[in-house]
Amino acid sequence: MSGPVMDPRIAPPFPDAALPILQNTQLRKNVAHATDVIQAKRNRLVAEKQDWQELRTSAAAIRAHVLANLGKYLEEFETNCTAAGGVVHWAKDAAEAGQIIVEILREENASEVIKIKTMTSAEIQLNPALEAAGIAAVETDLAELILQLGEDEGSHIVVPALHVNRHQVREIFARKMGLPQLPDDPEALTAAARTYLRKKFLSVSTAISGANFLIAESGSVAIVESEGNGRMCLTLPRTLIALAGIEKVLPRFSDLEVLLQVLARSATGERLNPYNSLWSGVVPDDGPQRFHVVLLDNGRSEILGRKVERQTLQCIRCAACLNTCPVYRQTGGHAYGSPYGGPIGAILTPQLEHMRHAQSLPYASSLCAACYEVCPVKINIPEVLIDLRAQVVDQEREESRRWFDPMYLGMKVANFAFGDAGRFRMAQSFGKLGLRFFTGKDGWIRRLPSLGSRWTLSRDLPGMADQTFREWWAKREAEREKGAR
Amino acid sequence: MRASLFITCYNDTLFPQTGRAVVQLLERLGVQIDFQPAQTCCGQMHANTGFRGEAYSQAKRFVQLYRDTECVVIPSSSCVAMIRDQYAGLFEELGNEELRRQLAALLPRVLELSEFLTDKLGVEDVGAYFPHRVAYHASCHGLRGLQIGERPFKLLAKVRELKLVPIENLDRCCGFGGTFSIKNAEVSTAMLDAKLVDLLATEAEFCTALDNSCLMHVGGALHRRNLKMRPIHLAEILASTEGIAT
Repeated sequence: MSGPVMDPRIAPPFPDAALPILQNTQLRKNVAHATDVIQAKRNRLVAEKQDWQELRTSAAAIRAHVLANLGKYLEEFETNCTAAGGVVHWAKDAAEAGQIIVEILREENASEVIKIKTMTSAEIQLNPALEAAGIAAVETDLAELILQLGEDEGSHIVVPALHVNRHQVREIFARKMGLPQLPDDPEALTAAARTYLRKKFLSVSTAISGANFLIAESGSVAIVESEGNGRMCLTLPRTLIALAGIEKVLPRFSDLEVLLQVLARSATGERLNPYNSLWSGVVPDDGPQRFHVVLLDNGRSEILGRKVERQTLQCIRCAACLNTCPVYRQTGGHAYGSPYGGPIGAILTPQLEHMRHAQSLPYASSLCAACYEVCPVKINIPEVLIDLRAQVVDQEREESRRWFDPMYLGMKVANFAFGDAGRFRMAQSFGKLGLRFFTGKDGWIRRLPSLGSRWTLSRDLPGMADQTFREWWAKREAEREKGAR
Repeated sequence: MRASLFITCYNDTLFPQTGRAVVQLLERLGVQIDFQPAQTCCGQMHANTGFRGEAYSQAKRFVQLYRDTECVVIPSSSCVAMIRDQYAGLFEELGNEELRRQLAALLPRVLELSEFLTDKLGVEDVGAYFPHRVAYHASCHGLRGLQIGERPFKLLAKVRELKLVPIENLDRCCGFGGTFSIKNAEVSTAMLDAKLVDLLATEAEFCTALDNSCLMHVGGALHRRNLKMRPIHLAEILASTEGIAT
C-alpha cells in the first residue's frame, strides 16, 4: 500500500485525496474517537478557567504584537542567543534550512540524529534531506516513532498518529522491533518503545528539536512535551540543533505565563504540559556543548506582509482547530496533503506554497467557524479562508480556460442575474422552466446534470413552487390596491 | 413598527412559503411590512466562493436599497452574518468612504428574524400553535456568527403544544457550507450523515432552523432516504396558529 502524499506540491486536490479516506471506516473511527477524547478534556479545562476569554485576548495580543515588531524581536533573540553561546542561522527556505542542518551534522561526523517532534522539520521535509546526505533521523516522540516505523505520515499537528489505534501500533512494533509476542496493551507498547529509544538516547550525540517559543529577551528556546523524550534530546547529546519558524519568538520570559496556559489547555487538555524545557545557549559541562538555532522563513515574510493573512502566523500549533473541525473529523489529516492539516493547515499550507500549490485547501471548509471559536490566539480562520479563496479566484480570472469551469461560469451568470431585479426575475423564470424537466411528480428533484449532480449525489432538491415569493407579494399588493379602490 | 423584508434570493426562489410565513407572523404582531422588489441577493455565495468583486456589487446594491429603511428583517442568519461580518471589509477594499458610512449607519437596523422578534419587538410568545415534536438545528452562522444564543429557544418554548427535543452535537455543522457542498460533495455528505444520526435520534417530526440553506441540505437527505422527518423554517412554526392547517 502506498502511503499518503504529504507534499503539497504533488498532493492531489483535497476532494480527491479525501475519497479513499472516506472509505476507510477504521481510520475515521480512530480520528473521531481521538478528537472526541481530546476535545472533552480541553472543554473541561477551559471551562474551569473563568478568565479564559481574557487569556485568549492576551495571548492574541502578545502574538499580534510580536508580528508587528518581528524584525526587532528576532534581532534581539539573535543577539541574546549568541551572547549565551548559541549559533543563530537564518534560512530563507526549506532547501537552505536543510543544507544548514546537514552541514552542521557533517561537521559533527554524525551518521544518526535523534529528533524531538517538530512540525517545522516535516514542513521542510528534513528527514528525506538527511537521508539523502546519509544521516539517519530517529524520531523519539512515540507517535512519530510509530509513524516512522510504520512508514506512515502524520495526520495531526499535536498527536500525529491519532489515526492509528493500538492494535495497529502493536503490529508495527512487533514487525519492526522483532517482538512477535508483544501484547497490545498500552503499557507493553510504551515499554517496547522505551527500550528501543533508550539505546538511541544513550548512543547518539546529535539532536534536532523544533521550538514552541523563542524568548527574545534571554535568547532562550522553549519546548513543551508530554513524554520526556524531548528532555532526553535536549540534555544528553553533545550537539543540539533547534529549527524554528521566525514567527515563534516572544518578547519576554513572562509572556510564557499566558501562552503556556492556553497552549496546554488547548492542545492536550492539561493545565500544564508534563515537560516544559527552556534553555539558553551553552552551559559548560551541562547539556549540549554546541547549540545551533536555525530560523526559518520559508514564505513567512510574505504572509507577514498581508493584512488579513498575517494572523495565520499567530498560530502556536495547539491543533484545537483540528479537533473541533467537522471536516477534519471526517477526513483526518492526510487529505490535506501537508504536515499541517485541518483548518490551520487549510490556510497555512497554500500560503507557505506562495499560493502556487494547494489551492483546493481554502475550499476544504464549510466556514462553520468552530475553529475560530476555540483558537487560543483568536485567528479568524474563516476570514483568512475567504481571503485566500479570493486569491485563488483572482488567479483563475487570468486563465482562458476559466469559461470551461462550470463553477466559474455559474458564478458569473449568477452575478449577472443578481445585478438587477428584472434579470433576477428572468433567471427565476428560466430556472423554473429548466428545473421542471428534472422535477418528479412529488415536486422533488432527484437528479441534476453537471455541477448539480454534486448536490444530488446524496440530497434531493425541492423543485420550484408555482409562485416565487416576489410573485406572491406582487399579486397580493395588486389585490390590495384593487380592494382599496 | 415598520420593517422591510429582505427575503434573500434562495428563499424567494425555492422557499416562498417561508417569506409568506414571515409576512403573516409579523403582520399578526402589528408590524407594517414592506418588500422592495428591487432586492436580489446579499452576495454571500460570491463572497464565500472567492468572487469578491461580484460580492461587492451585491453588497453595494443592498446598502443603497436599504440605507433609508427603518428596519430590515431577514429570515436567514447566514445572510445577516454576511452583511455584518463581510460588508465592511469589502467596502474598505473596494468601496468608498460614503458607502462605509452608510453601512455603519444601517447595520444596527439589519436584524435576523428571531433577533427582530425578541430584541426589537420584545416578544417571545408570538401566539403560535404547533402540536408537534420539533428538533432545533443550530445553523453555524446563527450560533457563532450572530451569537444568536437563546433567542430561538425562547420563541419555541412559547409555542403552544410544541415539544422541543434536544439534539446531540448541536454546535456541529451539517456540512452544507454553500458551494462547499458542491466542491466537496463527498465530505459534505459524510458530515451530513453524521448530522442525520443525531437528528434521527431525536425522533422529531420536524427539524427547524433559522436558515433554509441548512434545512435544504438536511431536508434533501431526509427526502432522499424517504424519512418522515420534515424540514421547516422557524418562521413557519411561529406563523402557525390554531385553525390553520400546518
